[in-house]
Amino acid sequence: MRSVVLTKGVPDFSEGAVSFNEEGHLERGKTPTVMNPNDEFALEAALQTRVRHGGNVSVMSMGPPGYKSVLGEAMESVYADDLYLLSDRACAAADTWATAITLSAALEKYQEELADVDLLFAGFKTADGETGHTGPQTAWCMEWPMVTHVVALDIDPDERTLRAKRLVEGDVDEIETVEAELPCLVVPDPEFEPTYRKASHRLEHKRLRAETSERAEEYEELLTMWDHKDMNLDPDYIGLDGSPTIVAGVDPIPKAPSEREATMIEPDDEAAMGELLDELRPYAAGD
Amino acid sequence: MSANGYEEFEAVVVGCGPGGAAAAARLADHGVETLVLERGVEAGSKNVSGGLIYGEKSAPYTAEELFPGFREEAAERPVTETYIHNVAGDRVKSYDLTDIHEHDTAWCEAVLRRKMDSWLEKRVHERTSETGGGVLTDVRVNGLLRENGEIVGVTCDELDPIRAELIVAADGVNSELARDAGLMDWEEPEEWFQGVKAVVDVEPGEIEDRFALGEDEGLAHLFSGDLFEGVRGGGFLYTNESSLSIGTVFHLDSLVERRAEPHELLDALLTHPLLAQWLDADYDEREYAAKLVPDSKKVALKEPYADRLVVVGDAAGQMQAQGPIIKGMNHAVTAGALAADAFAVTRGNADPEAAGRRYATMLEESGTMSKLRPRRYELARTVGERDLVTRAVEGVLDSPVGRLALGNRLADRALERAYNSPYLVSMLPDTRTGYVTVPTIVGEQHGRPVTWENEVEPPELIDRIGDLTYDTDVGNPHIELLDESFEASGAAVYACPVSAEGFGGGCYRAETVRTNGGEETLVSLDTQPCVECGTCAVVADTDWEHPRGGKGVEYRQG
Ligand SMILES: Cc1cc2nc3c(=O)[nH]c(=O)nc-3n(C[C@H](O)[C@H](O)[C@H](O)COP(=O)(O)OP(=O)(O)OC[C@H]3O[C@@H](n4cnc5c(N)ncnc54)[C@H](O)[C@@H]3O)c2cc1C
Ligand code: SF4
Repeated sequence: MRSVVLTKGVPDFSEGAVSFNEEGHLERGKTPTVMNPNDEFALEAALQTRVRHGGNVSVMSMGPPGYKSVLGEAMESVYADDLYLLSDRACAAADTWATAITLSAALEKYQEELADVDLLFAGFKTADGETGHTGPQTAWCMEWPMVTHVVALDIDPDERTLRAKRLVEGDVDEIETVEAELPCLVVPDPEFEPTYRKASHRLEHKRLRAETSERAEEYEELLTMWDHKDMNLDPDYIGLDGSPTIVAGVDPIPKAPSEREATMIEPDDEAAMGELLDELRPYAAGD
Repeated sequence: MSANGYEEFEAVVVGCGPGGAAAAARLADHGVETLVLERGVEAGSKNVSGGLIYGEKSAPYTAEELFPGFREEAAERPVTETYIHNVAGDRVKSYDLTDIHEHDTAWCEAVLRRKMDSWLEKRVHERTSETGGGVLTDVRVNGLLRENGEIVGVTCDELDPIRAELIVAADGVNSELARDAGLMDWEEPEEWFQGVKAVVDVEPGEIEDRFALGEDEGLAHLFSGDLFEGVRGGGFLYTNESSLSIGTVFHLDSLVERRAEPHELLDALLTHPLLAQWLDADYDEREYAAKLVPDSKKVALKEPYADRLVVVGDAAGQMQAQGPIIKGMNHAVTAGALAADAFAVTRGNADPEAAGRRYATMLEESGTMSKLRPRRYELARTVGERDLVTRAVEGVLDSPVGRLALGNRLADRALERAYNSPYLVSMLPDTRTGYVTVPTIVGEQHGRPVTWENEVEPPELIDRIGDLTYDTDVGNPHIELLDESFEASGAAVYACPVSAEGFGGGCYRAETVRTNGGEETLVSLDTQPCVECGTCAVVADTDWEHPRGGKGVEYRQG
């Protein structure tokens, strides 16, 4: 099974890493770029397919040259056989549509040069844009079916079909099982759990994990960069020029007003502590 | 894949402690496709020992021979001196035990199990990978797979059933596989010891100063006498690279009988004036741990096999208490390697028990079995353990005549020699006499008072539990209390190393409830703080299993 996983670099929103300016806007320059956290589930699903059926996992991203490290992270943290970065000034400031056009062109080139793709995986929405559009739009361009919110995945290589359990409306309480033909886009849900019930699969998983983390030390050797000419793309249809979306403005979410009043008390201030305890006493008594 | 759709390996080894590691490495040496299943997140994360691992001159295998680099990379410090301290109150008489320590010893190293076993796991994975297998962690084997009543494989919580030509149960004390095969039961407290241990942090370089040791030297101190409330057993202190292993090992029946609290007995050792020379007020406990230890004299299986199953190490009761010297890991290594060799020579034999029988013969012929079950002990036991005899001997010893006899100068030298005699030590009957009475009288008669002030404040049980790492299998307790009555299960309130009378934060609790006829004391169980020591499998009425793979307590030191 040949899988391609789409991934994206996002600002590292974790504590300590992320940096905001005084108006509360994200300072991209000061915030490190990491792999979109939800893409991990896509990589896990691709790895599960690789373990169970063999084949190849390629990880693909569109972004500036600095995104190389994001692809390296994908290889190190979960798994990748090889990496593709679609990087070009002409691609800058693309919306999800222009991104999908670019990715689908890259997939066409990939299929021409390497082999047909059986499965396309994408993460369930990115941590910065949160649209969740890019994967489905890419599948639409490729005319491939798609299955989203996937929590469990089984492939039948002989029938060339997949069977997936998916959350209906993203709800954990309602799960449906669907079938689709390959090639197909699969968007795993954060609830996705790879399952390995065979010892031989677990051994293979362990072997592949060890291999990929070793490979990741020199990931740039396994990384291919394509620009718009490589992908035979017209600059008018990609990047900012090819993006129909217009962002009219970004408003920070106002802080919820608090109706409660806070009084600060120093723990050493005995008198104030005494008052506090008096205030609390009726509650302690259960009144 | 076998005919009925089961996955199949040539050999499956359950457990990656020293026994499983040796078996698997040797199987790989013989070119056997070998799968190792370990329930911990990493080998060693479930294991505890004192721990001194011996390389015996007379043994067919040692850890260093099987795993070159073991002593250098997996161990802490070699043991270069051994002492036993006979304690009576604050009087202590110390004997140099180096002779018995060195008897048949090619080398001896102090180890911490997380480091040791995880090192072994890596070597085993490398070697078994070469013959088509490997080590899987986080997998708990929960039983034996049978076809037409014959054992043909294993079943697991996390994996589909697996068939194999050879199944090695190296799953340690409380072996669920040995129990499933009907080879072991967990009924008699007399057959087990309980070991409890604290790993104590020491600044790098400090060990050398405090114990007057060179960089490549280490010490073993053993303790017996009246510091343990009369419970039969003793204490130990071993030096690691930059920590100390301090612990106790007691006969389980004696613990139960005396209603002693294991953590308090450990504290009695930690706070004894004698230890003030090595421990100060900065006492910093890295880890508190406990586990059952089989007594090979009573439970070492004479026929450690059934069908394609062979049982090695603690699972087969192959744990030799040679007086105060405890040898389990070395025998597990030997047995594991012999089981693998037995399979190699009987490979392809149609008789499913061929490997097992060969293995049993090899245990005999290598002299291992006679160490585990010394014939002279079996003879001595019949007279030695009879209550009447014990009481008579105790009476004499404790009388002025006895004290005079044990107390004179000649006796002093004779005693040191006696302690150093492997013959006498292995014969010691399991009565108070050897463990408590003699050491106490020796301490009283020959000892000098030790008056150092011990400033150690051992942590409370609640803090010891709080410092451990758990991944609790919420809603899926691994032990079920079958009989809540105090008569059936009350002993666990005391004997469980993480429970105590009047302590609400442990596993076992006793509560007095009103019934219409009056009052009744009932026992309740919460497995959350459980360290999986196995004690309540024996002393309480339970349905006892290990937690699922990767769940439960995770030792960092061991
Ligand atoms: C306090 C104390 C002090 C000791 N001191 C010493 C000493 O100084 N010297 C000495 O030689 N011995 C000592 N021992 C004894 C020694 O620890 C054991 O004899 C030895 O560890 C036995 O090795 P083993 O390989 O048979 O079992 P273990 O080391 O117990 O290994 C069993 C392995 O099997 C795994 N396992 C168990 N059940 C399952 C399952 N169902 N599925 C998958 N995996 C499973 C466990 O996680 C573990 O890794 C001491 C023991 C204690 C408790
Ligand atoms: S509950 Fe049982 S197995 Fe767990 S620590 Fe207590 S005695 Fe040991």
